[in-house]
Amino acid sequence: MLISYREALNQAMREEMQRDSRVFLIGEEVGYYQGAFKVSKGFVEEFGVERVLDTPITEAGFTGLAVGAAMAGLRPIVELMTFNFGILALDQIVNNAAKVRYMSGGQLSAPMVIRGPGSAAHQLAAQHSQSLEAWFCHVPGLKVIAPATPSDAKGLLKSAIRDENPVIFIEAQLLYGTKGEVPDHDYSLPIGKAAVTRTGSDVTIVAYSKMALLALEAAEALSKEGINAEVIDLRTLKPLDTDTLLESVKKTGRVVIVEEGWEFCGLGAQIAETIYSKGFDLLDGPIVRVAGEEVPMPYTRPLEDLAIPDAARVISAVKKNL
Amino acid sequence: MSIRNVDQSGLLMVNSKLDPNSNKNDLLALYRYMLLIRRFEEKSAEMYALAKIAGFLHLYIGQEAVAVGCIHAIRPDDYVIASYRDHGHCLAKGSDPKKVMAELFGKATGLCKGKGGSMHLIDVERHFMGGYAIVGGHLPLAVGLAFASRYRKEDRVVLCFFGDGAVPSGHTHEAFNLAALWKLPVIFICENNRYGMGTPVEREMLLYKDIAERARAHGIESEQVDGMDVLAVKELTARVVKKMRKDPQPFFIEASTYRFMGHSMSDPAHGHYRTKEEVGEARKQDPLIFLKTRILQDGLANEADFKQMDKEVIQTVTESVKFADESPFPDPGALHEDVLVE
Ligand SMILES: Cc1ncc(C[n+]2csc(CCOP(=O)(O)OP(=O)(O)O)c2C)c(N)n1
Repeated sequence: MLISYREALNQAMREEMQRDSRVFLIGEEVGYYQGAFKVSKGFVEEFGVERVLDTPITEAGFTGLAVGAAMAGLRPIVELMTFNFGILALDQIVNNAAKVRYMSGGQLSAPMVIRGPGSAAHQLAAQHSQSLEAWFCHVPGLKVIAPATPSDAKGLLKSAIRDENPVIFIEAQLLYGTKGEVPDHDYSLPIGKAAVTRTGSDVTIVAYSKMALLALEAAEALSKEGINAEVIDLRTLKPLDTDTLLESVKKTGRVVIVEEGWEFCGLGAQIAETIYSKGFDLLDGPIVRVAGEEVPMPYTRPLEDLAIPDAARVISAVKKNL
Repeated sequence: MSIRNVDQSGLLMVNSKLDPNSNKNDLLALYRYMLLIRRFEEKSAEMYALAKIAGFLHLYIGQEAVAVGCIHAIRPDDYVIASYRDHGHCLAKGSDPKKVMAELFGKATGLCKGKGGSMHLIDVERHFMGGYAIVGGHLPLAVGLAFASRYRKEDRVVLCFFGDGAVPSGHTHEAFNLAALWKLPVIFICENNRYGMGTPVEREMLLYKDIAERARAHGIESEQVDGMDVLAVKELTARVVKKMRKDPQPFFIEASTYRFMGHSMSDPAHGHYRTKEEVGEARKQDPLIFLKTRILQDGLANEADFKQMDKEVIQTVTESVKFADESPFPDPGALHEDVLVE
């Protein structure tokens, strides 16, 4: 069936909540308001206020509550209205959720999903348009997922909810309305497996989330010029699917990495390093990175457009690489 | 400076008769647990000096009555969660002193296989959900544990211990607010030992005089208790827990107490922020002496009994050190274990 990214997430959560009574949803406006982005539409009616909990605006408090509940055997899904506000919950995520298993020598864990929109939408300015996935990837004890399509969103969110670990699940705000084919049967996708969304032989474009769609757009344009790009959508940022990356580089010998986040200490640096250290011999030239500009996101549209990678930049990066 | 807001003179209170309903064995058990914590920590300090224990070591000496009084008023399956000053709570919850000492030594046989250390003792089997080192950061976890209890329709309660220094934190107020809003069965126990590290409580909070007021502002009922009197602490906790099991509501206890040692082992007993005299005065209010005097006065035990008990406790602690010392460090392979559930 053809459904939106938003509906895919809704289905994943609904099916998992039906399947497992330990799963509950908590966050600001997830109940009666049905989610700031309407991802939890119909949930209060179906599951009641005991399992769909509207919270006060206290990211640290309710994220911490969810960590405690997970430690006690429940399976919370925390919806952050956006990951920008997740910064207020960072202590709970980094110091508690990610650490409790190790600190307890394996006695405890915090099986939970922390999800919500990330990266930029249109003209939301500096405090509402950030791609912070690298922050979470940096922390041992967390898994990080950033799906680009409805079917990936559904399959991966189900796996995230079933996972025994804390999982950061970043949904690009601009993707909620995008549509795609989603299988009718019950399915889940493995965490840690990238997708080759376009096969090609000249260059590998590595991207994730919104940028994975941008990479496809650029690849289509390039094909008209006779350049055959392979596109890898990472889907899971941590653990990183190194095998799929190297497999592709073996074929193409050239790599362009695209991310919306800032370049310095960004995810692209890690991906490039992984390829250099494990597949240097496979490369026919240096890896090229395309990333968000090193600025807080400007409000004004002309500058915002410049701050975020677009297809033209990806195309010129590929050409520079060849 | 008095540390009690109840009665200035400890002696006066000691003169009061014990509750005739108190079982002699109960009283001795309370004393024994306090003594175990005391001797265990005195020994840990020694081991720290010998570099057998490293890192931060925050001793609980002086505050024993709070952990022991509260924890002896709950069931074994009730949750307890604490800050980094957690040896007392862990031992009071019944953890094996050998495993606790081994954890302080960083040994593979420790409660957390040596990966938690002094500040992160965790014993899930005993529902001791851990010590946490970010001031105020574990209060939301406590609320989550209470939430899980309610979600599963259990009558389990949660005791959450923290210092006065945690009270102004944002986590704390978010936790108070959520617990009150959702009527969750958690007792917040503020161990007011008058200092957050070197900052006296008067410099932490304007209007410090009534810390419990902060909880009341969130609609949480509260009471103050003499944290040097284990019986008073236990009586209050038992009363609150009884009500809470039937009618879940958070509760806030402010226990006035005092730490006789420095903030941590890197800090002398008094430091620059308090005087020797003040510490000396406080030591006169020792919770162990307090209970012992009452037991003696009421003739429930004699000096010889106490001597015998001390001998046994010291033996337990000695064995814990021997166990810790002889235990192996974790294998290098353990470095990467337990990061994620595989
Ligand atoms: C968020 C945070 N800030 C600072 C510290 C450093 N620190 C550790 S203990 C402490 C004092 C806490 O005092 P209190 O809460 O009263 O507990 P007590 O040590 O008296 O038991 C400070 C400032 C910390 N661990 N966490």
